[in-house]
Amino acid sequence: MTTTTNQAMIRFENLRQEFTLTGNTFTALDGVNLDIADGEFVTVVGPSGCGKSTMLNAAAGLLDPTSGRVLVDDRPVTGPSTRTGVIFQQYALFPWLTVRKNVEFGLELKKVPAKERRVIVDHYLELVGLSSFAEALPKELSGGMKQRCAIARAYAVNPEILLMDEPFGALDALTRVHMQEQLLQTWTKERRTVMFVTHDVDESVFLASRVIVMAARPGRIFKEIKIDLPYPRTEEMRLSDEFAKLRSEVWAAVYHQPGVAEAHQ
Amino acid sequence: MAPKDTINSVYTPPAPGSSSTPDDVAPNTPADAPAAPRKKPDKTGRKLSRKTLLAINFASVFAGLAGWSLFSASGIVGLPGPFEVLVRGGEVLADGTLAEDTGASLARVLSGFLIGSLLAIPIGFIMGWYQVGRAIIEPWVQFFRTIPPLALLPLVMVTMGIGETPKIFVIFLAAFLSCVISTYQGVVSVDKTLINAARVLGAGSYVIFMRVVVPASAPFILVGMRIGLGAGWATVVAAELLAAPNGLGMRMQQAQQFYDMPTILVNVIVIGILGLLMDRLLLMIEARLTRWQERR
Repeated sequence: MTTTTNQAMIRFENLRQEFTLTGNTFTALDGVNLDIADGEFVTVVGPSGCGKSTMLNAAAGLLDPTSGRVLVDDRPVTGPSTRTGVIFQQYALFPWLTVRKNVEFGLELKKVPAKERRVIVDHYLELVGLSSFAEALPKELSGGMKQRCAIARAYAVNPEILLMDEPFGALDALTRVHMQEQLLQTWTKERRTVMFVTHDVDESVFLASRVIVMAARPGRIFKEIKIDLPYPRTEEMRLSDEFAKLRSEVWAAVYHQPGVAEAHQ
Repeated sequence: MAPKDTINSVYTPPAPGSSSTPDDVAPNTPADAPAAPRKKPDKTGRKLSRKTLLAINFASVFAGLAGWSLFSASGIVGLPGPFEVLVRGGEVLADGTLAEDTGASLARVLSGFLIGSLLAIPIGFIMGWYQVGRAIIEPWVQFFRTIPPLALLPLVMVTMGIGETPKIFVIFLAAFLSCVISTYQGVVSVDKTLINAARVLGAGSYVIFMRVVVPASAPFILVGMRIGLGAGWATVVAAELLAAPNGLGMRMQQAQQFYDMPTILVNVIVIGILGLLMDRLLLMIEARLTRWQERR
């Protein structure tokens, strides 16, 4: 396990999550135990219905676990907190606010003085390359730009953790690759603990130092695969044999796990 | 426009922020390209200039007036021509009755509309935000929604007399019902992800309500207000037909007894023009307040 410190930044302890839909209870997650170290970049990948987004939402404090708990920096998660920033697949920008106002939103709630807010917003817009679009409305941005704005917004409140729920899932393949590279650049400059949920095997390997492969019915951790490629990750690395090997290892864990074959018949 | 039709049609504006921009899927567009501005061609794909379209508008109105002249000249139903109506318009304008009637009708519509909308917005929010509130209010709203406010006029006149109160009350009801439904629709259709996004940025219930739910429902509220204004306007004329000391509807009723066709037509035209102007005004406000919406 990759650890920069001994302490886990995010710790899942025996997490179990049940949902009741039209009278039927099903188990989205069962017996999930995982430690994510401070400053680590972990991706969570798995077939649909494996509970990977549920796991992220539990860490974000957006739902109450049925049993077990999630600890952030040794404190149990009881609700949303500005210590954990969340980036959603659907961007979730406030469409009536400009890019600047969107990034500023959390800072205003934190009662940061206006002058200081301006400096912080300018900094993060610069970091994600949206400085010249500060006054644009979300509808004027492309999908990739919207997601970069959402990343700046999450960073602006200075969280220790970034939880990313298939953030590039709605983007085309090329934009997605650009976004992955930019995300790693941003992360290298301003390092945070990242938990990144995806269904894209390439993406999971390229970004992470550790890939968590989930299995479905009930959702649980199936396998952990360490990605021993150094940062910064480059295009050459993406095309290397080593990358190909890791990718096939993750691929096999995702698509040849018990239960997947019959679930898709 | 019949009041029943207007209050029963529930318009659903496109959900804000839910569409992806088309250049996301364009293979050769890098992540940096902003979304292309949307153009609005007609169904045939052709685009006409603003000037041409305006010229067509005018030509259409002119052709309508010419048709009216011909029709009245033919003498089939004894309809006065545009010129005659214009002359009568000048007369009632000069002797002050038109201003008095217009003022009286407008005052009734605006007071009913303003009270109705101002009350509908908080009640719509309560219905959308609190399950208990919804359970209490919804049966009443749904019940009264199916009754044209005018159908209540006899009852209202018996209980409230023939003064201003019953007229303003039915207009209030018309405006209130259409606005309350669309406000409620707006609140329940707020994107859950936006609420979660606000929560993880540190927003509590009050902030979520004021800074997410209110702006997100604004397009719905404005549509409800427009429908409510149309319904109020349709209702006032009919209410004045029954009993009123003044007003555009009352003047038509009076003119009918003297077979005074030009006066009837002057009032009809004024009602149409005022209705149109008020609707345009609200449309302009709506366009300004909801400029952020993605339009398809």
